[in-house]
Parts: sequence; C-alpha cells; structure tokens
Amino acid sequence: MAAAGRYEHRSAQAHAPDSGRWLLVVFAGLLLIWSVTQTAVTGVHDVHAALAFGALIAFGELLRLNLPGDREAAPIASAGAIGYALLLKIGDTPVRNGADQVIAVTAIAMIVGALPHLAVGRPARLTAMSARLLAVACVAIAFRPLANDSAIGGKWWDELPVMLALVIVAWLFEAVVSALMRTEALRTKFVVALGDEFRVQIPIGAATGASALLIAFAAEVMGLAAVAVFAAPLLVTQVALRRYAGIRATYLQTVRALARSTEVGGYVEAGHSARVSRLAVAVGRELGMREAALLELEYAALMHDIGQLSLRDPVPGGATVLVARDEQRRIAEYGAEVIGQARVLDSVADIVRRQSDPSRPADRSQPPPLSSRIIRAANAYDDLVGSSADASRAAAAVERLRLDTGAEYDPAVVEALSKLVVP
Amino acid sequence: MGRLSRVAWLYIGIVVAAAVVMIAVGPFGGLDWVQVGALGLLLVACESSATLLNPRGLSWSANSIASLAAVVLCGPVGAALVGCCTLFGVRRSPSPVQRVFNAAMFTVCAYLAGRAFLLFGGHVGVPVPSSFPGVIGPFAAAAVVHVTVNFALVRGVFWLTREPGTTVGRLGLDLKLWLTDVGYGAFGLLIAALWGVLGPFAPVLVLVPVFVARWAVAQFAAQQRAYEATVSALCQAVETKDFYTRGHSERVSRGAVMISTEIGMRAERVAAIRYAGMLHDVGKLGVPTSVLQKRSALTDDEYAAVQLHPMRGLDIVREIGFLDEALAGIMHHHERIDGRGYPMGLAGDEIPEFARVLAVADAFDAMTSDRSYRGARPVPEAIAEMRKCAGQQFDPAFVDAFIAAIERLGWTPPESAPAQEPLPTIESL
Repeated sequence: MAAAGRYEHRSAQAHAPDSGRWLLVVFAGLLLIWSVTQTAVTGVHDVHAALAFGALIAFGELLRLNLPGDREAAPIASAGAIGYALLLKIGDTPVRNGADQVIAVTAIAMIVGALPHLAVGRPARLTAMSARLLAVACVAIAFRPLANDSAIGGKWWDELPVMLALVIVAWLFEAVVSALMRTEALRTKFVVALGDEFRVQIPIGAATGASALLIAFAAEVMGLAAVAVFAAPLLVTQVALRRYAGIRATYLQTVRALARSTEVGGYVEAGHSARVSRLAVAVGRELGMREAALLELEYAALMHDIGQLSLRDPVPGGATVLVARDEQRRIAEYGAEVIGQARVLDSVADIVRRQSDPSRPADRSQPPPLSSRIIRAANAYDDLVGSSADASRAAAAVERLRLDTGAEYDPAVVEALSKLVVP
Repeated sequence: MGRLSRVAWLYIGIVVAAAVVMIAVGPFGGLDWVQVGALGLLLVACESSATLLNPRGLSWSANSIASLAAVVLCGPVGAALVGCCTLFGVRRSPSPVQRVFNAAMFTVCAYLAGRAFLLFGGHVGVPVPSSFPGVIGPFAAAAVVHVTVNFALVRGVFWLTREPGTTVGRLGLDLKLWLTDVGYGAFGLLIAALWGVLGPFAPVLVLVPVFVARWAVAQFAAQQRAYEATVSALCQAVETKDFYTRGHSERVSRGAVMISTEIGMRAERVAAIRYAGMLHDVGKLGVPTSVLQKRSALTDDEYAAVQLHPMRGLDIVREIGFLDEALAGIMHHHERIDGRGYPMGLAGDEIPEFARVLAVADAFDAMTSDRSYRGARPVPEAIAEMRKCAGQQFDPAFVDAFIAAIERLGWTPPESAPAQEPLPTIESL
C-alpha cells in the first residue's frame, strides 16, 4: 500500500461511522422511538406550540451551518428546541407537556429539516444530529418535571439561574461529544480536541443559548410570535458566521492553488506541496498541536517552496533536500520574504524561514519552531519517497531520517512521522 | 477632525446647546432610575464596541438599540439621559470635541425619537401582552426619526469639517447603513418587551446574539483583509520572475475594477473581477524565465510556450471557490474580438465578458509600462491606440468605459524601470 496513501487512508476512515459514532446514533435512535411512543400514548399537549416550535427547528436544520474545521452546527434548530424545552408559559397559559413530547417534536422536526439536504445529495450528518438531539434531551429531561410540578416559576430570578445552568450543560455536552468524535476520527488528543471545540463553539454557543432563553421568556409576553421574532437575531448571526466560514475556506483553497504554482513552474514535482502539507498536518496532530497552530502549519507547508519562484531556473527535480545547506536557506529566506509581504501571516513566514535550520543548532542558539521542524522532516521524506507507492521505500526513507536525528531532524517528529507512514 | 472652521464650531455649539436644554427642561418625575441606569450601561457597552467605518473617523455602533428601548420604557427625557451616556464610552479614538458632539447628538436623537413615539400614540412604560401589535407603529416612527436625525447630524459635521475637494461619501453606503440602523433599532423594542419578565437581564440576553453577530462580521472582515493581502503577496512572488511586469497584476486588477464599476456591474462580480485581474497572469510561471525576459523577437516554439499561459493559469486557480466567470476571464484574457487571439480563437460575444474587460485593462497597462523590448508610452498615446484597436482587438464598449473612467479618476502608470538586474540563479546563490 502507498506510503502517502496510508495516512490519507486513515483520515478517509474518519468518514465511516466507527464504534463511538454508532453508539451515539443508536442511542439517539432509541430515544426517538421511546419519545414518539410515549407521546403517542399520552397524546400531544398544545398542538399549536408543538407545530410552531417544530417548524422553527425544521427551518433551523435546513439552514445548517458549516464552521471552520469541518464542523457543523444548526444554531436556530438548537435554540428553538432548547427554548421549547424551557417553556414555562405561553401568554398566561402554563405549558404542561412532558420531556417526551419535546424530544419527539425535536427529533421529527430535525429529520424533516434534514430531508432536503439528503434530496440534493448532501451527507445526512447523523452524528452531529444525534449530538444535538441528546443535548436537547438532557435539558428537557431535567427541566420539564420542574416546570410541570410548578417547582420553579414566578419570578425571573428563580427561573433564570436554573435555565442558564441547563443551557450551559447542554452546550458542554455537545462540545464534549464533538471532541470525542474528533479524537476518534482525526487521532487528535482528547484534551487538545476539547480545547479547540471550546474555542470554536463559545461564540455560537453563547448566541444559541441566549436565543433559547429569549424564546422561552418572550413566549410569556408575545405568545408564539416570540418563536419567529427571537429567531431573527440568530439568523443575522448565522449569516455572518456563514460568510466567515466561507472566506476561511476560500483562503485555504487559494493558498493551496497558488502553492501549486511552483509545480506548474516546474520548480517542484507535481503534488509535492499538497503531500508535504498533508503529512505535516498529520504529524502535527500526532504531536498534539492545537487547531490554530495546525492551520498555520498547513499554510507554511503549502508555501514552503514558494521561495523557489525567486530562482531564475528550477532546481533539478525540485528536491531541496539535495541542494546545499546555504542554498536551502536562501530559498527559505526568499519564501519567508514573500509571505511576510502579506503582513498578516508573520508566524507562517517565520515557520517557512526556519524550515531549513537543523533541529539542534550547533551553536546552541534558539532551535526552530516545532512547525518548522515538522516541515523539514516531511519535506525531506517527500523528496525521498515522492508519490511512490513502495512500502520498503517508505521504510528506507524513515530510516535515513532516523540516522540524522542527532542534529538535523527532531527525533520526536521523525517518530511521529514513522508511526504514520510505516505500519 | 483637524482644525475646525468657525461655522463648524457654531454647528457643534448648537447641537450641544440643544442637548443641554432637552435634558435640563425635564420633567424628571416618574422616571425609573433603575431602567435609565441599566439602559445607560447598555449604551456605554454599545458605544465602546463601535467599529470604524472609514479612516476619516466615521464609526458605527449599535447605540440606537439602547436609546430606542429607553424611548418605550422611560419616554423622551429618559431616552435623552440614556443617549447622553455616549460620553462615557470606553474608546480611544474620539477627541474630546468629537466625544462631546457624539453625546449631544445621541441625546438629541433619542429625545426627538421619544417625542415621535408619543406623537404617534405610543404609551410610555413596560409593554404588556395587550400592547402588541399597537406599539409597533409608534416604535417604527421613533426608530426612523432616531436614525434619520443621527444621519443628518453626522453628515452635517462631516460636511463642515471635510477637507477641501473631497466628497463626503456615497449615497449607496448611506442607504445600507440607514437600513442596518433601523433594523438594529428593532432590538430596542424586544428589550422593552422583555423588561416585564426579565427586568435588567433583558438587554443582556438580547445583546448576546447581536454581539456575536458583530464579532463574526469583524472576523469576516479581518479574514477578508488577510486573504487579499496574501493573494497580492503571492501574485508579487509570481511577478518576480519577470522584472518588467512588477505591479502589473495589481494595476490590471485596478483597471478591470474601474471598467466594471463604470458599466455598473454588481458588487460581487466586481469583487470577482478584482481577483481575476490579480491572478490573470499566474500561468506565466509555466513559461521559462529566459523567454519572458527575452529582448529580441520570439521563435515559434517560444511563442507557443507564451500562448499556453492562460490555460496554465486556469489550471492553478481552478480549485479556488471562485465565480466561474473569474476562471473564464483568466482563461480567455488573450482572445481578440476579431477571433485572432488565443487560446481558443473565440470572437465577439463568444468571449466571456470578464475576459473582454481584462483584455482592455491588460493591454492598457502593458502599453503604459516598460517592457524588455521597448519603453513605456504616455497615457494619451495609449488611449489613442486603444481607440484604434477597439472593434478588432477589444470590445469597444469596454474601451469607452475605461477611457471615461480614466478621464474621471486618472491613471498612474508605473515608474520607469531601472536597468535590469538579472535574477539569481541556483549557481549564483
């Protein structure tokens, strides 16, 4: 099997449901069956409210949002569902439905909202849907009995702290589940994945939670109109987040595309930048780097050869591992200069600048950043192996890198790399 | 703001005096000071997160939310007091004069909005379920008055303090901002409506989604700037191969934007053509440097290599999530109207619009800058040449649009190139 193919293969596995995912989906399915049966037996309380919230949740599921880092959220659906779970009164009429009804309405509405996605051939994203449903179920199961026994209520200062706590619990639950899934799929370390999840989800979680509370409270004043009115601010938030995620994606695509300009120019072998960046990111993840650092690493790895554009004629074969140290350094320096001109990617420029420095400098000066050391090893590996599919060649290349771990390559990086490319 | 003229001082003085009178006259009876205080704090939070819209100091904040909530809950005088809290915004940029003027302006806006609310039959106080939908009409009137007075006063101060010869701004931007402001104003009513059930927590909860939205907008803007800077840096890297084309992409991009704005293209298409202009020559990377920098006539083989560059460019940028139009523009920017161009030999309307625009901007910049085989031509001579080639090489409509735009906005050709320095080769490194 291809050396390069092998680490691609592992990330491809991420998309097939594995044990954790199955467990989550099956659990959500059982919850769906239980809640629908239970609701069918006891009958639906307040059909109007159920329909209004169901419509909002289905609408929110239709407007799913892709967040940076291949994440998915449906803020309007989540806010609607949690708002429904936290409902105390509509106008002056107390709300008396049980947790089962909340879960049943949410689950059915989510499925209805997901159907158009399936119809146009997008993936169903069952895992993310299950995680959202379970988060809503947590809130409903904890809060509905309190609301129905009139254990709380009356003034906002009794209600708000309980509701706020539940909203936060639901958010934490989703973040932890999502981090667990990513740990399994991407071979990230759990603590690192959880930190990344918190950083990405805090703004959207805050907006979703606040909207859920607003919907629940406003229903007392405005009746069911509150459902539509308070979903509006969230719609604005969602539009802004979508544009943000869009430009992030375009940015990465552009850097990927322009990094290929060195290939078109004949400076490096075809596919080199893409392979080095994939391997470098995999190694970085193996070493427990955070998502923000991984993005910088990816940019730097994609553009690590951009300095060659300053050469009048390409290096033979483009293999920088074969040219002398000073020349490598000049190419790195040119590359860093180009990237530095953008003035927004200074740390990327720094990574590129130091990619040709040995990991343990002879003069005991500051060693290069981890990202530079990773790119150095990944680049050397790819120069030796290229797009070859030969496993023994991969092993030989790793052996050669190992021989140089004294000064040239970082031993930890080479070990991580070897775990990825040699079985 | 620079130094202020006497008229400007008078204008600011009148606004401040009006604000002082509105607050001083009162009456203060029946004001709920908890409401005024909470909304005042809210306004300080909004004011402190203002975003700068242009380098001359026009900034935008969601102040109208707090003021308009105060209009419903506390009436004109309470709203004026809340508006006055602008004075305490935690911001570094405004000078003391600007700060005082802004506070006075928001006081006046809020007071007049409060009057409008009463005039249209609104009742001051916490809305109850039966207030809906009756409260919406007066509230909308108040929002419109608040935003319009705000705009008029800001325009006035910018007009009086403008530098000679500059225009204050475009109407399109104004209308969009006006609508945004009125839209944000609606949150004021939501805060007022929730006051009955949530008390001072209503503004906190309402503002969370608003602030997250603004955070996301700011992130988007930052990413967009970073993106543009990166694309432009990478384009420059591509240009280092050919000394004579330094800055060419940037100028072609500018020219293409001038043409497409002149013919009234939609904003997102203009944005796409900007990138297309920056990236139109990326494919030149596939052409050997020695050919690009050759001083004498090209051989047939060399010419064939040059002719391949639009396709190579397309190869590179194909995977960027661009408008397809931009890709077509890059691929066909060397086609000619008479069908004698490359790579496909398309003619007339078969050539995509973006490509026809890029061809005009590209040729014009090539004529007005130095090349390895000739010096730059002056702008009037290049314009005459473009006119002559309209209909054969270029689309006449875009040539006319470009000339009109150049006459209005001017054109800065690149500085004359100094003697050519050879690029480093691997041996000389």
